[in-house]
Amino acid sequence: MTPWVSRVGLPWVGLAALALVPLSGMGNYPLHLAIMCLLWGFVYTGWALMGRLGMVSLGHGAFLGIGAYGVVMGWNHFGLSPWLGLPIALALTALVAFLIGWPCFRFRIVGHYFALVTLALSEVVRMIIVALRDQTGGSLGATPNTALAEQAWSLGALQFSSKVVWFYIVLTMWLAGLWVWTRVDRSMARLALEAIAHEEEAAASVGIHVTRLKLRVTLISALMTCVGGVLYAQYQLYVNPETVSGIGISLQMVFGAIAGGMYVRLGPTVGAVFTLLLAEVLRLALGHDIHGLDTTIYGLLLVLFIIFMPKGILGAAIEGWQRARRPVAAPATG
Amino acid sequence: MDIFDVFLLEAVVNGVLLGGILALLALGLNLIFGVIDVVWICYAELIMIGMYAVYYLHVVYGWPLWLAFAGGVALVSILGAALHQYVIRPVLAAEPINQLLVTGGVLFLLQGVATLAFGVEFKNLGVRLPTLEVGEMFVSFARLIAFLAALAGMIGVYLFLKRSYLGTAIRAISQDREIMPLMGVNPNRIFLITSALGGGLAGLAACLLVLQYDIHPAIGLSFGPIAFLVCVLGGLGNMIGGFIAAFIFAQFISVGGYFFHLEWGYVIAFLFFIAVMFWKPRGLFGAKS
Repeated sequence: MTPWVSRVGLPWVGLAALALVPLSGMGNYPLHLAIMCLLWGFVYTGWALMGRLGMVSLGHGAFLGIGAYGVVMGWNHFGLSPWLGLPIALALTALVAFLIGWPCFRFRIVGHYFALVTLALSEVVRMIIVALRDQTGGSLGATPNTALAEQAWSLGALQFSSKVVWFYIVLTMWLAGLWVWTRVDRSMARLALEAIAHEEEAAASVGIHVTRLKLRVTLISALMTCVGGVLYAQYQLYVNPETVSGIGISLQMVFGAIAGGMYVRLGPTVGAVFTLLLAEVLRLALGHDIHGLDTTIYGLLLVLFIIFMPKGILGAAIEGWQRARRPVAAPATG
Repeated sequence: MDIFDVFLLEAVVNGVLLGGILALLALGLNLIFGVIDVVWICYAELIMIGMYAVYYLHVVYGWPLWLAFAGGVALVSILGAALHQYVIRPVLAAEPINQLLVTGGVLFLLQGVATLAFGVEFKNLGVRLPTLEVGEMFVSFARLIAFLAALAGMIGVYLFLKRSYLGTAIRAISQDREIMPLMGVNPNRIFLITSALGGGLAGLAACLLVLQYDIHPAIGLSFGPIAFLVCVLGGLGNMIGGFIAAFIFAQFISVGGYFFHLEWGYVIAFLFFIAVMFWKPRGLFGAKS
C-alpha cells in the first residue's frame, strides 16, 4: 500500500465499508451490535472530550438520563414529538451542566473532588427518575407509546422498526461526534485546556480563561451525551433508570473510553466495540446461566488496563506501531 | 403531644441513628484518603463482601454471631490490605485520577465475583431484633446497636491515632508524605496498616448493616454514593468534618423523607450537597487543598 493510500485513502475506504455494512445482508443481531457499538462509541467520544483534558466526570449518566427520559416523558405524557423533546432535553442538559460546571470550575474543583461532585449529580438524576414513579414508572422503566402499530416507521415519533434506518442514523451521529472531536482537537482551546490540565494556576496566570474554556468543552460533552440518551431511548424503545442514569452507567462510560484510549480520536469507539464484544462473546460462550462472570472479567480487565495500559488499546497500539517504525528513537524532549 | 410531632421526632431520632452509620462509612474513607490520598470507589463493595462473609459464617457454617462478626471484620481487613498491595500500589505514581478509577474496576470485579459466588437472590441473616418503644416513638433496636457500635469504633480509631506510636506515624505520614520517609518511616508499611484499618472499618459497617438489610451483590450501589458525598461534604480527608457532615446529611434524608417520601429525602439531601458545593466547594469543614 502506498503511503498516500494509507494516509488519505484508508479512512474513506473504512467509512465506505462501514456504510455498506447493512447491505451485506447480515442478520438483525449483528446489525444490532453494530448499532450499539456506534451509539456507545458516540457517547464515549463525548465523554472523552472532557476526560482527556483532565476533567474526569462520573456524572455523565445524568445527561444520558435527561436525554432518554426527556423525550420519552414528553412523548408519553404531553404527546410531544421527540423532535421537540430533543431541544428541550438539550436545554435542560445545558442548564444542568452549567449549574454543576460553573461552581466547580470557578472554585478550582478538580481531580477527586470533581469526580465525586459529578457522581452526586448522576445519582440525583437517577433518584429523581425513581422517585417520580407515577410518571416515569420508577425502577421498572418506561416504554414510549408506540407509533408503529399500523406502520413500519414514523418520522414524527422518531420510531423506526427497521434496524437499517437506525444504523444510518447512529452512523451519522457517530461521524458528527468524530467531527466535533477533530474541531476541538485542532482548536486553540484544546491547547489551553491541556495547559490547564497540567498546571491550572500557571495557565490562569498567562491569561487563559480557565472557567470559560472548561465550561465550553463541558457543554459540548454533556450535549453529545444527551443526544446519545435520546437515540438510545428511541432505538431501544425502553428506558430504565439503572441503564441510563446513576453511577453504574457513568462508570461504564469512563471505562469504555479508558479501555479504548481516550487520548486518540477513535479510542472511545474502540473501547465501545471492545466492551460490547467482550460482553457478547462471554454471553455466547457461557450462556445465560453463569451470572456475574462477564462483570467479573470486565472488572478484572479494567484493573489490568489502568495498571498496565493506561493509554488504552488504541493508544498503546499506535504507540507500539510508531516505535516499530522508528526503531532508533529520537532523544526524548520535554 | 400532637401526633405529627411524635413522627417528626421519630424521624429526627432515626436520622441521628442513620448518621452514626454514615459517620462510620465516612471515617474509613477519610482515613484512607487522608493518609494515602486515594478514594476507594469500591468501599461499599468491600462492605458488601463483609456482609456475605458474616451471612455465610453464621447461617451456613453455624458460627456464633459474634465469631462470624469477628471473621467478617478480619476478612475485609485483609481484603483492604490486599487492595492496596496489588491494586493501588502499582498506580501510586500514576495520575491521581487513575487511582480512583482503578478501584472503580475493583467495584465491578467484586460485584461480579459476588454474583458468581452467591447468586442474585436476596439473603437475610435471619436475626430479628425487637423494636424499642420509647414514649410514643418506635426505634429500631438494630439501628440503635449500629449507632452505638459505630460511635465505639470511631472512638477506638481516634484513640489509636492519637495515643499509639503507630497512630502517630500514620498521622505524620498524612501530614507530609515526602518528609516522613526521610525520618525513617516506611510509608508502604504505614499505607498497608491504614488500608487494613480502613478495611476493618468497612467490616464493622458490614456487621452493623447486615442486621438491618438483606444482602445482594448490588447493595453497595445503594449506600456507596452517599458515603462519598458525606466525605466531600465534610471535606475529603477531614475526619471530624466527615463525622459532623454525616449527621447533617442523615437529617436531610430522614426528615426530608418524613415530609415527602423516602426517595425525596435522598433527592433533597443530594441537592443540599450540590448547593453546598456552590457555597463551600471544599466541603463544609475542608481547608486542605
